[in-house]
Amino acid sequence: MIPAAFDYHRPGSLEEAVALLARHGDEAKVLAGGMSLLPVLKLRLGSYAHLVDIGRIPGLDYIKEEGGLLKIGAVTRQATLERSELIRTRYPILGDAVPLIADPLVRNRGTVGGNLANGDPANDQPAIMLALGATFVVRGTRGERTIAANQFYQALYTTALAPDEILTEIRLPVPPARSGGAYVKLKRKTGDFAVAAAAVQLTLDGKGAVARAGIGLTNAGPTPLEAMDAAKFLAGKTPDEKAIAEAARLAASESSPGADVRGSVEYKREMARVMVTRALRTAIQRAGGQ
Amino acid sequence: MASHQIKLTVNGAAREAEVESRLLLVHLIREVFRLTGTHIGCDTSHCGACTVILDGQPVKSCTVLAVQADGAKIATVEGLEQGGKLHPVQEGFTEKHGLQCGFCTPGMLMTASALLERNQNPSEQEIREAISGNLCRCTGYVNIVKAVQYAAGKMR
Repeated sequence: MIPAAFDYHRPGSLEEAVALLARHGDEAKVLAGGMSLLPVLKLRLGSYAHLVDIGRIPGLDYIKEEGGLLKIGAVTRQATLERSELIRTRYPILGDAVPLIADPLVRNRGTVGGNLANGDPANDQPAIMLALGATFVVRGTRGERTIAANQFYQALYTTALAPDEILTEIRLPVPPARSGGAYVKLKRKTGDFAVAAAAVQLTLDGKGAVARAGIGLTNAGPTPLEAMDAAKFLAGKTPDEKAIAEAARLAASESSPGADVRGSVEYKREMARVMVTRALRTAIQRAGGQ
Repeated sequence: MASHQIKLTVNGAAREAEVESRLLLVHLIREVFRLTGTHIGCDTSHCGACTVILDGQPVKSCTVLAVQADGAKIATVEGLEQGGKLHPVQEGFTEKHGLQCGFCTPGMLMTASALLERNQNPSEQEIREAISGNLCRCTGYVNIVKAVQYAAGKMR
């Protein structure tokens, strides 16, 4: 399969990249790892007259803790995250998720920024960003601004990014003491998108009750979904099996998956409930709770 | 900018080509450089038959633009054999019957050789994970795993 013709641009800086996007508007698309974009072009599900390759712009590939935040450069490859000691030891929710994304060869090319900015509700990392309360740093012709993850996803493949803006950095608050996170995904085989998947990040207070909970769902509707009712329900509660069951039930009822080859709406809702249950149990355990 | 002059290293040799923006790396390798050992299978980045090593990392060359490989070092299955001597992974696939039809084999060999570059003593689980993006419809993977273990033994 051969994509429709386009012009390829390789800007050397973010300023150049943003200027190219501004000049070509809707006809331009940002190319990072290309693991979502190239299949779209090859299958001719979409076409763009201009591709702006940000893959070689220096300074967009890093993972570091700084000023109470974990900062991830948008062009950081999934394989880099997967091999990061910092991620494995301090951010198990991401450590869980990365090996479940696509397959190892795709992870050698695919980037975190691409996974997030594509706006595909089937991608795994958006739900994690919702659970963690992440902030996205974006750059456009008018300069830099930040967008909260829960304000970023507006509709299917539609994000808060303006046509001239590029996602440059992901910022996650460093979790306080007694925090734990987990990502649990049901998929049919390696390389498949989730039937259902749940991201949970929570912090317990001194008495073992939930101080804060964030719950994100993958492939549970037209956008990555934040299960707010479930999170609100958990706040202040001792996270015992009864509370877990009710939170998972609420999260599943907040989901609105579509029926497809991966199953019926009923099946996917039920699996969302099971994934949230499992993610909550692991997250609580990792936070030092029961 | 619809066509680009690119330079890359393929199996150690410097190569140049003028490529259209939309030319895929796998087509550059097969149709321009005539290295047809790299196969096109599903053409949708699932099967891994088109796997080549790009700057040390195995990637699916059906889902990389040729122009994205400008300046890169590419290794294909043709580069595994050195001076008439099979690479240990090739020997392993021969010795352990790691193939039947052979269509997935070039991709499997490249992924396996990249794994053994960074991990000389992989567990069975690590081998299975490493090749999880390469599909084989014949062997059931059992002999492929044995072939990689054989190669690991040879390389230690």
